[in-house]
Amino acid sequence: MSEAAIEKEVPMVHLTINNIPVEVPKGTKIMQAALKLGIDIPHLCYHEDQKIKAHCRLCSVEVVGKRRLLAACSTECWEGMEVHTDTQIVRDTQVSILQLMLANHNKDCLSCPRNQNCDLQRLCSRFNILKSPLPSVVKITPRIETNPSIVRDPSKCIRCGRCIRACKDVQGIAALTYAHRSSDIVVTTAYNKPMEATDCILCGQCSLVCPTGAIVEKDDTQKVLDALQNPKKHVIVQVAPAVRVSIGDAFGLEPGAISTGQMVTALKLLGFDKVFDTNFGADLTIMEESAEFVQRLTKGGVLPMMTSCSPGWVNYMEKHYGDLRDHLSSAKSPMSMFGAIAKTYYPEHAGVDVHDIVTVAIMPCTAKKFEAARPEMGRDGMRDVDVVLTTRELIKLIKYVGLEFQQLPESDFDSPLGFGTGAGAIFGASGGVMEAALRTAYEKVTGKTLEKLDFDDVRGFEGIKETTVDLGGKTVRIAVAHTLRNARLIMEQIKQGTCKYDFIEIMACPGGCIGGGGQPIGTTNAVRKKRMAALYQIDKSLPLRKSHENPEIITLYKDFLGEPLSEKAHELLHTTYHKVDRPYEF
Amino acid sequence: MNNKVSFLTQNFGKYDTSSIDSYMKIGGFSALRKAVKMEGEDIATLIAENKVRGRGGAEYDMGRKWSQARKVPGNNHIIICNADEGETTTFKDRELIKNDPFNLIEAMIIAAYVMRATDGYIYMRAEYACFRPLLLNAIRQAHKYGFLGKNILGIEGFDYEIHLYSGAGAYVCGEGTALIRSIEGKAGRPRMKPPFVKVSGAFARPTCLQNVESLSLVPHLLLDDEKVYQSYGVGDSVGTKMISVGGNVRHPGAFEIPFGTTVRDIIYGLAGGIQGDRKIRLIQFGGASGKIATDDILDTPYTYQDLRAHGVMVGSGALCVVDERTSVIDFLRINQDFFSEESCGQCTPCREGNLHIKIILDKIKAGTATKEDIAVMEKIARVMSMSSLCGLGETAQNTLRSAIEVFPEVFAVGGAEA
Repeated sequence: MSEAAIEKEVPMVHLTINNIPVEVPKGTKIMQAALKLGIDIPHLCYHEDQKIKAHCRLCSVEVVGKRRLLAACSTECWEGMEVHTDTQIVRDTQVSILQLMLANHNKDCLSCPRNQNCDLQRLCSRFNILKSPLPSVVKITPRIETNPSIVRDPSKCIRCGRCIRACKDVQGIAALTYAHRSSDIVVTTAYNKPMEATDCILCGQCSLVCPTGAIVEKDDTQKVLDALQNPKKHVIVQVAPAVRVSIGDAFGLEPGAISTGQMVTALKLLGFDKVFDTNFGADLTIMEESAEFVQRLTKGGVLPMMTSCSPGWVNYMEKHYGDLRDHLSSAKSPMSMFGAIAKTYYPEHAGVDVHDIVTVAIMPCTAKKFEAARPEMGRDGMRDVDVVLTTRELIKLIKYVGLEFQQLPESDFDSPLGFGTGAGAIFGASGGVMEAALRTAYEKVTGKTLEKLDFDDVRGFEGIKETTVDLGGKTVRIAVAHTLRNARLIMEQIKQGTCKYDFIEIMACPGGCIGGGGQPIGTTNAVRKKRMAALYQIDKSLPLRKSHENPEIITLYKDFLGEPLSEKAHELLHTTYHKVDRPYEF
Repeated sequence: MNNKVSFLTQNFGKYDTSSIDSYMKIGGFSALRKAVKMEGEDIATLIAENKVRGRGGAEYDMGRKWSQARKVPGNNHIIICNADEGETTTFKDRELIKNDPFNLIEAMIIAAYVMRATDGYIYMRAEYACFRPLLLNAIRQAHKYGFLGKNILGIEGFDYEIHLYSGAGAYVCGEGTALIRSIEGKAGRPRMKPPFVKVSGAFARPTCLQNVESLSLVPHLLLDDEKVYQSYGVGDSVGTKMISVGGNVRHPGAFEIPFGTTVRDIIYGLAGGIQGDRKIRLIQFGGASGKIATDDILDTPYTYQDLRAHGVMVGSGALCVVDERTSVIDFLRINQDFFSEESCGQCTPCREGNLHIKIILDKIKAGTATKEDIAVMEKIARVMSMSSLCGLGETAQNTLRSAIEVFPEVFAVGGAEA
């Protein structure tokens, strides 16, 4: 389309902001028009991926001819509009609103998990709020730390509603909502129950959008620091595929930058005895999961089969569609498969007493903390994965030991659990598990070499992606969905008996793990897309891109597991699910 | 000195409010029969010619509102009658519902005809539950007589139902978007605009929201061939107005007055003067979100323009008369308690601002307020008014801000008792 044609389709409007003329397409909001001029209008409830709320009123600006200030986040520009963002009343409003928020905020910033990474703190610094003329009215209540994943601190909440929107609009769950009114209004759960006792599936998307420290991941960094200091312990770490394309965000790298080598070096400098790769676990998952799918398809099992790597999704299935749980693949997630191997095969192989091994997993996910704590994920009273850290916690550890991440040299993962193929790498993106499974399933079923490895139909940010694949004369219908709002659409089809798919991949978080609830603050959809592209770039650059060609996997089966779906594989690599009764069913 | 008129209230006491036959005997539904022979736009024009302003408090040109609403595309518009009447000292709609329920139903059917509405909602405040049977009976009988339902008055496609919905007691549900959310079964909290209610209101359908009094006027205007309505009033304030007078007056009540009646005639005539012949401390116009004046307003004619010139507004039509026994600061604290309770809590300025202004008012009362406290209070009040999400936050400090102008001595540091 020519530029002229584009202009014709979206008419432009002309306005001035602080007397500077600017031209924007009709429909543009004042906030974005100002950004075009390099003016950052302060905001807190506004989030680029969310519906506009216009609650915090911090972005109020003056528009000539209007009696009152208008919210820059919600007001569309019009022809001839004259906006002022720096008049006395605008400044009074910005400062007063921040002072009002501060008066009702627990200001223990120095010991806050979001210290130096907090929107409220940044804005108070920007507006040089040195002292507030208002008395403190905050009600300090204990932090709510009742589950392994998410911690809430209502005394930090500024009632912006971002978490509510994330839970409701992204996940379709609405575990969080406003309750009460006036200065008593709070963000809470139904009947004020702990989150894990509600519809919440611990995905952590709320913690990703919270501008303050009101909802954060459960911090387990001290456990890791203690283990690393214990000379008796052999501490090994695995890192999820999505972490290597997100961790750089916190150290000044461009979103989507691939920093695998620096990340491995950082983990070694932190003192881990071995640095392994969850991509290895992902390849292992593909071996089992693709075999399971082929078995269900050819020998008659429950279809559609649904992937089970995403712990938020598994929680969702158990809580919301417990009666349909047989659709889930019994294969454990890459993290948990890795953990099982690390506590069985690895000690023999490395000559270490299993009781001395501490397994740490770096995950882009808060729900993984819950998964690792499941009783199914361990044996003899031992957990397979001892500690799960989110990407955010790893960032804290790297800062703690004072590493200049950008300047670190690159190094490689250790062996024998440190080799991953391109198929394992793309697990971090929505559609990646499916693509990896199809690469293996195709070759296993047909015995032929797959010519084109890229399954483009299941890539990208579309909510539900579909394709069909010919598996040795049988047409297999595939769907890939991310976010539970989309998952629900498919689950309802299954419930109604109208689902036409054979194999479905579900990821709880937008974009898959690269958009997980444990990723760095500032993970927006634009950033997610860059990380996605980075994972496919990693895949493309690797010599081995099919899980069954992973030499360490081949060795593992030869020396230890036998065949996929063998008795040993079942014992270690597969799990069961349970229907979870919700405390309130209406 | 008796300025009481009965144009809007002409049916009061004339018929049995539980009987549609009785209503029809006094000419009930003849306005509707006349309306359906007219063009909808002409009815909007008729309202505009009579210079009717919305009686809910915003004082918006009603004829223009109807004309705009009917131009919104769609054939499933919604008419909402706002009977939330939550402003303090305001009880004029209550009289209209109680004494002339069929007129209100008729008005809502006429509105449906003009706006091509298929559903009408009466959103009535919880405290008026006693009128539910009255209105439900009126709706049922109107249905039975073919004034509601399908093909009303035999007009093909004129289908319309009226639903009665009771609020749960929140003042903020008088605000249009909060009211609509409440009708939709959601928590009654306002939302940002756009989308505007007239385009996407209740259940995302085009919606026209009108106050009880505004609607009730329409059947009378339609039958007013002699232009009696226009014979009342002064200048741009045409016709009559329902007001409600409360506080320390001898005879609190709702009255219909011609615009232009002086405040003195209202308070000392219709309402019988002040109890114990005490002096007036202040008069609050338009309820808790209204502004206040001293007794120097007594000879001002009650019109939109004259009240504005005196720093107050018609608003909801309420006059709360406070005598000298109550200090200004005590009155303000009571008024503030109301808003500290009734803010919905979504937007920062209103949620937190009401809380802090209450604290500072208490300090003024205790004599511990500093100059800085007063300055902070004024600033917060202004920020609330300028930047709150909805009309509640915008107007919550009207009383305080006008008090600062009218009674500056109260806010001089150390001068707590006025």
